Amino acid sequence: MNRITVKNLNTKFGDNHILKNINMQVPENTVTALIGPSGCGKSTFLRTLNRMNDLIPSFNHTGEIYLDDTEIYGKNIDVVNLRKRVGMVFQKANPFPKSIFDNVAYGLRIHGIEDEDFIAQRVEESLKSAAIWDEVESKLYDSAMSLSGGQQQRVCIARTIANKPEVILMDEPCSALDPISTIKIEDLINRLKKEYTILIVTHNMQQATRVSKYTSFFLNGEIIENNLTSELFINPREEKTEEYITGRFG
Amino acid sequence: MSFKICSSKSSDKIMNKIFILSGIVTLGILLIILGYILVKGLPVVNLEFLLGSPIDSGKSGGILPMIISSVYVTLIAAVIATPLGVGAAVYMVEYAGESKIVNLIRFGAETLSSIPSIVFGLFGLAFFVVFLNLGWSILSGGLVLAIMAVPTVFQVSEVAIASVPNTYRQASLGLGATKWQTIANVVIPASIPGIVTGVILAMTRAISEAAAVMYAVGSALSVPISIFDPGRPLPLHLYILATEGISMDNAFGTAAVLVIIVLILTFATNYLVNRYQEKMMGKF
Repeated sequence: MNRITVKNLNTKFGDNHILKNINMQVPENTVTALIGPSGCGKSTFLRTLNRMNDLIPSFNHTGEIYLDDTEIYGKNIDVVNLRKRVGMVFQKANPFPKSIFDNVAYGLRIHGIEDEDFIAQRVEESLKSAAIWDEVESKLYDSAMSLSGGQQQRVCIARTIANKPEVILMDEPCSALDPISTIKIEDLINRLKKEYTILIVTHNMQQATRVSKYTSFFLNGEIIENNLTSELFINPREEKTEEYITGRFG
Repeated sequence: MSFKICSSKSSDKIMNKIFILSGIVTLGILLIILGYILVKGLPVVNLEFLLGSPIDSGKSGGILPMIISSVYVTLIAAVIATPLGVGAAVYMVEYAGESKIVNLIRFGAETLSSIPSIVFGLFGLAFFVVFLNLGWSILSGGLVLAIMAVPTVFQVSEVAIASVPNTYRQASLGLGATKWQTIANVVIPASIPGIVTGVILAMTRAISEAAAVMYAVGSALSVPISIFDPGRPLPLHLYILATEGISMDNAFGTAAVLVIIVLILTFATNYLVNRYQEKMMGKF
């Protein structure tokens, strides 16, 4: 069953045509890697899926994006609810200057949940799912800014999954992290995919092969190839794909 | 033919010494003023001076009603200027784009902060005391100080709010918060050190004003109870004692009290802001 379906998506910032005729289907509980050289639209595409591009006044688009059966740019769509269902983890960890607990609880509180016991339980669950509970259990009320980069990113992941989204969008979540933190987060992604549908933008092709089932190769705003990761890297259909993955450009 | 008067190494040393000297002179001026006031004024200051009421128009006795007046008008100024200034700053940073209105507001704030205090005082008399019929009162005085304080609160808050990293806003919106929730739960809490600094800066000026309040607040020697009572804040009392030749000793005593209040306010701000930042940003 497809969690996300994208049909003929074209996006522009003013007259700048960024994404061209994007078609994609994302099955549920899978990890899809988006690869391609810098500036080819991967992040723009990701941000179209949770309507973060709405924040930029010059943004406009044609085409349709379905989350299950709902077209997310439809007339009566509640963007706030959409972003609850489609969460995002950013390239550089961006915890709020608040305590670790308040960071993870943030999504719950702004959506009106007041039961502190429920919140505490959900915070603990989320930090455990994000594989960082053991490291922060004794200092939940310390500022999140006192953690290392890798820890902060895992807290941000916990913050996102505390909302119990259906989809998690990850925009190069490990690019600012050391190798050990990267491994921890990749393990995390492998476990999370049992419950969530994940799209991950990555420049690291080895990472794509380690974590994803499907890979889409973006070039100049178009998807050149959409395939099973195992197929795309071993037996690419398109010539440009082969050139990119063998490092002839990028 | 060109020649250097001194080598670049020695001109470096000379400039270094000039800068150090500037720092010392600046500090020195501050210490001389503070020192002189405190040396002449502190002997007058004792518990009776602080807690007593003026006797004989202030020739003897204490300055309690003046301290209370100062606190009163400053509080009113703070209560009015803070939401106005912070609100305008939030509008400018979060909602307005770059437009003619925005530039107009900014220009207006800058101009307002350059208007001489005595002009504010005259305006206060004409508008609050006479036109609005609030009379010579703590309220009128507080209102004048409030409009003087708004530009400072606005400008400092604007900087503080604009410096909040955009990544926080993105994270909040990405979790499904509305723009207002983001402002209230993330942006403003993160800008509080800056906002508080702005408010205290403005209040330090407010508590030091004589010219602005003298035509609005009255000149009463008694303790103001309601905001419609007249009062006499410390700087005004100092001015009256000195110019009417009532008591130079008590004038210096009043000045010493004022200076100490300002020093306390400054240190308290720094301490509070540091502690808040440590709490929010983690200890380093």
